This record gives sequence, structure tokens and C-alpha cells, in this order.
Amino acid sequence: MTLADTFTVTQPSDTEVLISREFDAPARLVWDAYTKPELVKQWLLGPDGWDMPVCNIDLREGGTYEYRWSHPTEGSFGSTGEFLEVEPVTKIVSTERMEGFDGQSHVVITLREQGEHTVFDMLQRFDSKEARDGAVATGMADGVATSYDRLEGVLATLK
Amino acid sequence: MTVATTALRGTPPDLDDTFAALADPTRRAILERLMEGEASVAELTEPFDISQPAISKHLKYLERAGLVSRHRDAQRRMCRLEAAPMAEAVAWLEQYRRYWEANFRRLDALLDRMKAGEAAGAGGPSTGVAAAGDASDVADRDGHGRLDGSDE
Repeated sequence: MTLADTFTVTQPSDTEVLISREFDAPARLVWDAYTKPELVKQWLLGPDGWDMPVCNIDLREGGTYEYRWSHPTEGSFGSTGEFLEVEPVTKIVSTERMEGFDGQSHVVITLREQGEHTVFDMLQRFDSKEARDGAVATGMADGVATSYDRLEGVLATLK
Repeated sequence: MTVATTALRGTPPDLDDTFAALADPTRRAILERLMEGEASVAELTEPFDISQPAISKHLKYLERAGLVSRHRDAQRRMCRLEAAPMAEAVAWLEQYRRYWEANFRRLDALLDRMKAGEAAGAGGPSTGVAAAGDASDVADRDGHGRLDGSDE
């Protein structure tokens, strides 16, 4: 079992998506990777080809963040939000607004150490269909084809 | 189905019928069964530990969402999957999954570099940053290594 196999996507309700993943590192390193701009810029990029020229994070309750991604042919795209709850190395609750999409989502991140691993959970709740569409905006160029096999696969992973 | 939602903050509106239909495990199981082919309500009820009226209720829900249609076949009313409305919702989930899968693969690599930097360095809160810097140096050296190799 590799770490990639620990990745799950579930749908607790019609407005929420929960993703979970284990990482082979203590929680404090995962926390740093998630909250320090110079580290965030190295991985929070979505599909290949995007980079993150802007990453501002004011990590405190009431503080805000701003991300901007750019792609050589797809253009640029940004998101902003506010931190509602910050419990160091354990939990972050924030809002997220995607540029060009109405509405916002609430994002709850929790980190939990399990032996030498850290379990990273992210619950995202969308306030509108537009906000939900926005969450995959940088991935649209991928053009996911839909087949019965895929439908079946997705239904299976939702369990 | 809305328990987890209300726990967060109020009850948000349903975003659309397809996602609402997919959010329930019984309805997902019904859809999975219908992927194998048409089935009667009795056949659909069989594998579940719930009553036929309860299954019928789920079917009505799926019908309203346009995911299931019903027609008569001889004496029985058969249910059939209508996959088209599901395509958009499934494509979204697939995009979401791919987006985060790509991120997490990169995060694995970053965490490895941070751990290596911590083991080599003096430790402390800024170690991760230093480790990340070290790691890009390593990547550069790897790049040269490959170039040297291709010259040979």
C-alpha cells in the first residue's frame, strides 16, 4: 500500500466533498507545507503546467490569503479567502472564493498524526453550484471524458 | 444525508438534483446495480435491507433527477439508468480528484525534501524552507546529470 492509495474522495452530502490522504511526515511539516507561501508555491498547483506566482497568507483568525496561478497558454486564475479558525498544527477553517465564479466555499482542514504518518482531511462545502464549478477551474483543460467505466469507478470510490 | 451539512453551519440549498442523488449510499447502490442492466423494483429491493416502499421512494428521487427512467416490459415495470445527467457530476468529481492527486504527489516530494533538510540541518521552524531550497539545487544537479548522460 503506497501513500497514494490512502487518497479518498467522498461526498458526505450533496454540497460537500471530503478528501483524505496520508503523508509520511509529522504534522508540523505538513502544516508548514500548507501555510508557508514559499512552500505552498511548490505543490498547490493543480494540473501540470500551472505555477503560482502569487501566494500571500496572513495566517490568523480574520486574516486573509490570496493565491494566483498562471499557465503559459491557459492564462491566470486566482482565489482569495479568509481564515475563520486557526489551531496550529491541527485545524484551519477558511472561506474560499474563486475568481470569476459567484459564491464561496468553506474549507475545513484537519491534521492528525498516526504513528509517523499524518492524516490530512479536507472538507469543502460549496454555497453555490458556481463555487463548486470554480473549485476545478484550473483542471478544465484536462477534458475528462465520461464513460460507463468511469461512472462505475466514481460510484465505487464514493462509498 | 443533511446531518453533516447542518453540523457545519445552517442548511445550504441543494446545489442540484444529481449531486443530491449521488450523495446517498442507497441511491448510489441502485445506480450501480442499474449499470449492469434494467431491473424491476423487486429486483432492486432484493440486495437491500430496506422495504420496497423505501426503495420506491429512492427511485422516485432518482427519476426526478433524471437519472432513472421507468417503462413497462411485459407485466413488470422496469427501471433503466439514464447516464447522461450523471456525466457532468462525475466529470466534476473526477476533475476534483485529479486536481488534488497531482497536488498531493508534489506534496509527498516536498515533505521528503523537508525531512531530508531537517535531518541534515540544525532544525527549527525555518528548516522546511531551507530544505526546499536545497531540494531545488538537487533537482538542478539531477538535470545536469541527465544531460551529461545523453552526451555520452
